[in-house]
Amino acid sequence: MDAKDILGLPKTPLPITQEKKSRPQKDSQRKPDGISREVYALTGGLAPLMPSIEVSQLKRRPPSDEKITWQWLPFTSSARKDDLQLYHWARVVNGVPPTGDYSFAKYNKSVDVIRYTDEEYEKYLTDPTWTKEETDQLFDFCERFDLRFIIIADRFPTSRTVEELKDRYYSVSRAILIARAPSPGEVAGHPLVKEPYNVSQETERKRALSMVLSQTKHQERKDAEVIAEAKRIAESRMAAQGVEEPDLPVTSDIGPENAEKAIGHGDTISPSNVHVPSAAVAPSTSILADNTSTLASLRMLWVYLRTYALEQMVQAASSSAGLRTIKRVEQTLQDLGVNLKPKVPTKAVCAEHLELRKEILTLLNLQKQLQYKEAEGSSFRDGSYGDMPGTPKRSLRAADQDRTFVPDTISFGGERVGKREQKRKGPGRVAETPSSPAHKRPRKLKASDL
Amino acid sequence: MINSSSSKKHGTDQQEISGPTAKSQRAQMGKPEESENKKRLKDVEISVPIVFGNAAFWLGKKASDYQSHKWTVYVRGATNEDLSVVVKRAVFQLHSSFNNPTRVVESAPFELSESGWGEFEIAITLYFHSDVCEKPLNLFHHLKLYPEDESGPMSTKKPVVVEFYDEIVFTEPSESFLARVQNHPAVTFPRLPAGFTLPPPVPIEDESKRNRGDTKDHPLSQWFLNFSEADELLQLAAARQQVQAHIAKLRRQISMIDGQNQQLKPPSDQ
Repeated sequence: MDAKDILGLPKTPLPITQEKKSRPQKDSQRKPDGISREVYALTGGLAPLMPSIEVSQLKRRPPSDEKITWQWLPFTSSARKDDLQLYHWARVVNGVPPTGDYSFAKYNKSVDVIRYTDEEYEKYLTDPTWTKEETDQLFDFCERFDLRFIIIADRFPTSRTVEELKDRYYSVSRAILIARAPSPGEVAGHPLVKEPYNVSQETERKRALSMVLSQTKHQERKDAEVIAEAKRIAESRMAAQGVEEPDLPVTSDIGPENAEKAIGHGDTISPSNVHVPSAAVAPSTSILADNTSTLASLRMLWVYLRTYALEQMVQAASSSAGLRTIKRVEQTLQDLGVNLKPKVPTKAVCAEHLELRKEILTLLNLQKQLQYKEAEGSSFRDGSYGDMPGTPKRSLRAADQDRTFVPDTISFGGERVGKREQKRKGPGRVAETPSSPAHKRPRKLKASDL
Repeated sequence: MINSSSSKKHGTDQQEISGPTAKSQRAQMGKPEESENKKRLKDVEISVPIVFGNAAFWLGKKASDYQSHKWTVYVRGATNEDLSVVVKRAVFQLHSSFNNPTRVVESAPFELSESGWGEFEIAITLYFHSDVCEKPLNLFHHLKLYPEDESGPMSTKKPVVVEFYDEIVFTEPSESFLARVQNHPAVTFPRLPAGFTLPPPVPIEDESKRNRGDTKDHPLSQWFLNFSEADELLQLAAARQQVQAHIAKLRRQISMIDGQNQQLKPPSDQ
């Protein structure tokens, strides 16, 4: 501001003054009549998207030329068999009452139940399990109750299931239709003839439906698991078959994706005994699919380096694992004293390396599973869910891991001495603070990874 | 003689049936015809173990600003055998600051010597004989001149050597290729499908030529590193054993916990 003073420039440029002038105008323009300014501001100060109802329009009504009155008049309905006369309010226009049938009479529809004659019964419709009286009664009921079989079954004097009644009714009607038709071709299009009632199928269907509807949550989960499992296997089979063609990545991509989803859904699908072997099987089937597709793509190269091939296979094997898991695998390899990339990558060495990586992946998966199960167990014990999945039996696992890993770092030769000292800190630290949540696992597997 | 076995999936089937004797005659006459190269063996791979890297000598007193080291980058057979049975030529792509940075080496030993001061990535492209593979293969090597331990004194006598072991894998090798290299020490010959026999190899005209390309008596051979797969295999086997034991233990624990959980489950869930 001062600078402008010194320079002699105008304090505020012209556009601002213009804005100031227009703003109060716009403000008063924006405020509509009929609503107070504050209420209008609630809408955000803008015109609503829906056209608002103009109050003036509400009171308007087109002036009608006719004279309308309402009168209490008698009426009859064609739907009734008797001559009952009832009364109701009728809209009379210019003195003329409404004409025509009662407006609801047209809804009085009924089913065309075929009635047979006695001769027809003797000729076509006899059945060992049904007497004529029963059949007659059935048809009476059908007409009376408009084919509402559940009601018919309820009222039927002898106990018959709904399926039996339906079966009798439909087969009788079908037989009559065919018998009465001048030629079979004419009734071939009739739904009764085209699709006859299938008792066994219907019974089965209803039984299955009731089973599905009455499933417990537990059962539902198990079913979902089995279906997902079947899908995975089918897709890995497809992928393995599709290996013959070069353009196959789509199917094999689905494989690991599904495996990842299945593993990721470990918390929604409650792990059960069924799940453990299936979890072990499923990743291996999808990894198998990956392997075969990688092999196929390598073969297409005609020439490649063994290290490149190993890289591809490792990638394929870890495709279902996240970045963290891969890092854990690499850390495990280092702890075991194995080179992340083999120094002498011969065919045998590469094969062993790949198998080792896969086994480590399995190991990590199992560890995670164990964790979930322990969390489940402790939540059952506490009776509350939402526990941190980190309250495992520490003594069990931590001690095991100490025992397995520390001694072996010693056995791998002098170069590991440096690492051994580093490792000492890890387990030592763990022993010092047994209950601190930050040190639930030895250093190599961080709690944050889980 | 050739058994026309069913393992040959590709290739001209007519030739299989028509003249086994004619083919072997042709093979012995010298250059195999193009159509024969097309007979490839599926599910068979042949590999050539190689070592590639560089050796760099510090020039000591003779070093100048721009030429402090004399180095050689090379690709050799892992057991110092002659690679020219497989490799037709090698092209070394150097840093653009070098004159003619694309250096072609037409014969074994496939190496290139130069002097300079800088470390950079060298792209090595191996071109193979036409019956081996039409496609070239690329290797990348980062030239190393300075020792790892920077504080130590640099010696003009002892070079800085960096080598990498790898294997070139040829998928679906052609019959003629297999026949040619059947007994060559540079090549890891695969196990052929049962009942399959190859034509006898074409006799090499010059016996002396055969050995010249190997690096057994190479001036740098005293610095070559030894690569033994035995150590690595041992390491891997031990690691696998450990992991497998751990897996078994975890599986036992999981089934134990499962048993516990089953008993603990609230009745409504069952």
